[in-house]
Amino acid sequence: MDGQALLEKISAKFSGTVKGSMDRFGQLEIQLEAKVIPDVIQFLRDDSECAFNMLIDIVSIDYSAFPDWTGDRFGAVYLLKSLTLGHRAQLKVAVSESNPEIPTISRLYANANWLEREAFDQIGIRFEGHPNLKRILNHHEFVGHPLRKDYPITRRQALSTNESLMDEMTVRLKEKGWE
Amino acid sequence: MIDNFDTKTLLPVRSSQGLDSLKHQEKKDLVLVNLGPSHPATHGTLRAFLALDGETIAAAVTEIGYLHRGFEKDCEAHTFQQCIPYTDRLNYVSAMINNVGFCKAVERMLDVQVPERAIAIRVLACELNRIIDHLVCAGANLVDIGALTNFWYTFNVREKVYNILEKLCGARLTSSYTRIGGLSRDLYPEFDIEVKAVLKEIQKSVKEVKTLISTNRIFLDRTKGICIISKERAISYGWTGPTLRATGVEYDLRKSDPYYNYQNYQFDIPVGSVGDVYDRIILRFYEIEESIHIIEQVLSKLPKGPVMTDDKRVALPPKQQTYGNIEGLMNHFKIIMHGICPAPGELYDFTEAANGELGFYIVADGNKNPYRVKCRPPCFMNFAAYGEMIEGAMVADAVANLGSINIIAGELDR
Repeated sequence: MDGQALLEKISAKFSGTVKGSMDRFGQLEIQLEAKVIPDVIQFLRDDSECAFNMLIDIVSIDYSAFPDWTGDRFGAVYLLKSLTLGHRAQLKVAVSESNPEIPTISRLYANANWLEREAFDQIGIRFEGHPNLKRILNHHEFVGHPLRKDYPITRRQALSTNESLMDEMTVRLKEKGWE
Repeated sequence: MIDNFDTKTLLPVRSSQGLDSLKHQEKKDLVLVNLGPSHPATHGTLRAFLALDGETIAAAVTEIGYLHRGFEKDCEAHTFQQCIPYTDRLNYVSAMINNVGFCKAVERMLDVQVPERAIAIRVLACELNRIIDHLVCAGANLVDIGALTNFWYTFNVREKVYNILEKLCGARLTSSYTRIGGLSRDLYPEFDIEVKAVLKEIQKSVKEVKTLISTNRIFLDRTKGICIISKERAISYGWTGPTLRATGVEYDLRKSDPYYNYQNYQFDIPVGSVGDVYDRIILRFYEIEESIHIIEQVLSKLPKGPVMTDDKRVALPPKQQTYGNIEGLMNHFKIIMHGICPAPGELYDFTEAANGELGFYIVADGNKNPYRVKCRPPCFMNFAAYGEMIEGAMVADAVANLGSINIIAGELDR
């Protein structure tokens, strides 16, 4: 299915939530409202004509230093791939600075947990409903979000204690029935 | 035991009550052990935190970021050309594939036509790198489970491939071989003969290793049925490359989304059936043989011509022109001082790296530096599944599994 057909399918199913679209070097970027992301992605995953069974990546972007930018400060791009049908999808969500939140899709794809943690760590987008939204690449004592444009590249932070991981371990042991 | 970790009370759940309360609830002693972050068997700075019930792993959680050095932030502060050496340090076991992946993305953004010869040499470089990546992965994995001899067989030929790569680009690991629009230099005269000789040696060593392990009881017991992951789970985790193919999914970007004329080469995609450690190791030996076939085909019909485009936006003019006429001098000055400036836009582009789909999402704002680069490292997805995979297995299996999913901390942590 090409991008245009996909756009029509999403528009028909979720009317009024598609904000626009743009061609990105042959791949149609479909711009959506943040609040419908889990529903749309679940639909794209489960619908037999779409069958996007793999989440390739979640890309977070801070547009605050982009020349002549007038939109919301942050953006998140969801890259999906269907291994059975071979097509790809690119969904984009604009995220405001005052309320940088997107509902989580961590229950839909196993790798979304870490990808959302990375977007939170680097840019500071919060994923509502995420089971364990904490830093992943940066140290847990790190202050700020390094890939924001107002974070100077030369800034250094002194970080001391390593993480115990007991918060995650406690939850995991409970899930495995060790109570 | 956990008291050692808790010298501060910054985190919400960090007090030593964590473990004590568990002990009381289940009345059973679980021992908490750190596997890594600094241990020879972790092949990089990775940390797995295990709760052990005897020797069996009851639960495992992982932590990454020990090698995080801000690749993406660094790219934003450097020009497009200056990003290429940074890509060497992503998957440093097969650096040229990263160079190719990044340059391919930028070239698509600029719509630069790369000469046919450069494309063919890039395929050669990628396949040679894929072979040594697989040799490292399999060799190191085997040494982790006690089969030291195989390590020498795989690393000896790897060394010979590195000799070729060194003659090709001047460096062994950090190659920076590609340029936006082509390559830094052409092949050297004896390249053809030397590669063919090395390919024979690789085939010989692969055969020897297979002979050593294929009926080896210890190897089979250590790998068969260990840390199985299902197709569905692997796909849900976003696995690509050899680890996904080991579960039985026939998916290879060189076939499904062919680039660089891969559709013109005859090669097969080996797939596994179980998705255990055994499949992941053995599959790599089959892939090495397929890569050898590709290299032979490329060498047999290597196009002639330049290895760098003459597109003035990306290519430095020949020195005679820089020193001989004003246009050449201006062109040189423009590229050095103003850099390569793609028009504002966003692009996701991917290549089949040795580990899986290596993607670059690049945002350009019309300046010489990329506005944002997001790298999609294939082993980030692999390691996300690691904790879940080793639960129920033994500690020694966790080590065997870590080698088989081929985690390279350089690209995992960026």
